[in-house]
Amino acid sequence: MLRTGRFVTFMALAGLMYLYIPIFIMMVLSFNGSRLVSVWGGFSFKWYGELFSNDQLLNAAWLSIRVAGFSATLAVILGTLAGYVLTRFGPFRGRVLMAGMVTAPLVMPEVITGLSLLLLFVAMEDFIGWPQGRSITTIVISHATFCMAYVAIVVQSRLAQMDGVLEEAAQDLGARPWRAFIDVTLPMLAPALISGWLLAFTLSFDDLVISSFVSGPGSSTLPMVIFSKVRLGVSPDVNALATILIGFVGTCVFVYSWRAGRRMRMREDA
Amino acid sequence: MSVQQRLNASPAPARRRKSWRLGRHSVIALPYGWLLLFFILPFAFVLKISLAEADMAIPPYTALVEWLDETTLTIQLTFSKYQLLLEDRLYLSAYLNSLKIAAISTVFCLLIGFPIALFIVSRPPHARFFWLAMVMLPFWTSMLLRVYAWIGILQSNGLLNTFLMDVGIINQPLVLLHTDLAVYLGIVYSYLPFMVLPLYAALEKLDPALLEASADLGARPSVSFFTVTLPLAVPGIVAGCLLVFVPAVGEFVIPALLGAPDTLMIGRVLWDEFFANRDWPMASAVAIVMLIVLVAPVMLVRARETATRDEA
Repeated sequence: MLRTGRFVTFMALAGLMYLYIPIFIMMVLSFNGSRLVSVWGGFSFKWYGELFSNDQLLNAAWLSIRVAGFSATLAVILGTLAGYVLTRFGPFRGRVLMAGMVTAPLVMPEVITGLSLLLLFVAMEDFIGWPQGRSITTIVISHATFCMAYVAIVVQSRLAQMDGVLEEAAQDLGARPWRAFIDVTLPMLAPALISGWLLAFTLSFDDLVISSFVSGPGSSTLPMVIFSKVRLGVSPDVNALATILIGFVGTCVFVYSWRAGRRMRMREDA
Repeated sequence: MSVQQRLNASPAPARRRKSWRLGRHSVIALPYGWLLLFFILPFAFVLKISLAEADMAIPPYTALVEWLDETTLTIQLTFSKYQLLLEDRLYLSAYLNSLKIAAISTVFCLLIGFPIALFIVSRPPHARFFWLAMVMLPFWTSMLLRVYAWIGILQSNGLLNTFLMDVGIINQPLVLLHTDLAVYLGIVYSYLPFMVLPLYAALEKLDPALLEASADLGARPSVSFFTVTLPLAVPGIVAGCLLVFVPAVGEFVIPALLGAPDTLMIGRVLWDEFFANRDWPMASAVAIVMLIVLVAPVMLVRARETATRDEA
């Protein structure tokens, strides 16, 4: 275990406070009865009430959940194949290009991805008549494309930890490669697939820029609606929405990390 | 079925090898084809449309290739957008300003992120999950909402100004929102987790025995840090800086919400060309220049790294 001095601890805690103070303030403000940030108007749930009577926000949230679910599922299928091919298939022609295509979306500025996909969809509609206009389909395709990169990275690092011995054993015992993949590789990959799916869901649910380029009229996702609201200034029902989202994600993350930490401690004690 | 029966039931080796190769090819082809179609091919269209003129049509640009009559084909390419990019000071200063803001933000992310990563590595293994989760949690929640949180803090009747005036440090509210300072705060804040994770991954592999050895040989902690810890963290530093710097150059949301109307960043310029001016060719030209200058070199470096790492 690495030893560090008091200075590092102080700096680290200051850095974490920088991460958390704005979130904490937003949560407190969501219960503020006053519309003004600097005036405490008493504890109130009224912004939550306003949030749940705002049909535009609720419809957008439902659309975003569906988009994120489809995109994450598609991204997990494609990303798993990509990660598997890159770690288990050895050299093949065009492998370097594939490795590049898998990592590039991680650093690609979103405005470029969004613009390029929109121009592709417009050109495709011109040539083959599909997709007709921009809709939920074009958003899902775009999100799956940038999310599959993240899934591929997660799957690759998990596959690199497991050696191929069990898969080879299955094949030696007569399983076809496909059978071995389904019966041996996939179950071992399951934790990576779950975290990859959750990561892809979050990234898709959160995306503003790419959706703005590739969505059509009537398919405004939640971030798009929030962005147009927030541009006009602070709106307290967005605080309430943020509190719900952060509360939900925070609970999941902490339950997971607590259980992982407990498993780890049991292993240390054993 | 016994093993023997199963072996007998399996097809002849040659046929089996053939179907195996077919399967292998189709498994490669699916993600490969998807990425070629939806990741590489789009850039060809960006390049194509950057060479067209804006037009009052749907879609709003001129065709490059047109049949004048049944026998004559005209090809019209114009480099006027690129010429404008070079001549108009607005674009050049937007590029330079984005590079400057991204570079300074990356340095601050590194300065703030390094102690956090070191701190997490210095915790006992079972506690690291908790601290890592503390860093990851903001990453899992909406970036848009976290940027929005700063508006309430920084605006002229916001929390920070109210606090400073109540304490009596200032009499007049400071202009904090819609400034470059707010953009820096927002970018460092949003991209910090992207810096901490690669740093953590690199520092986790550091063998504490090396630091003990260094201390035993008489090095002060600060000397050990600069001669042992820092050099061994270089892969994490490089990865973290790339993950922060490149997306930050093209950042749109943060300058749009926190920046001044005249805070020029190239991502915002591209957005405005596209959505406000409906000048698709200009937006495409801006994107192509950004790709060539910024993203392509990084992509090549990373692809080479991945390729060599996988071979090793």
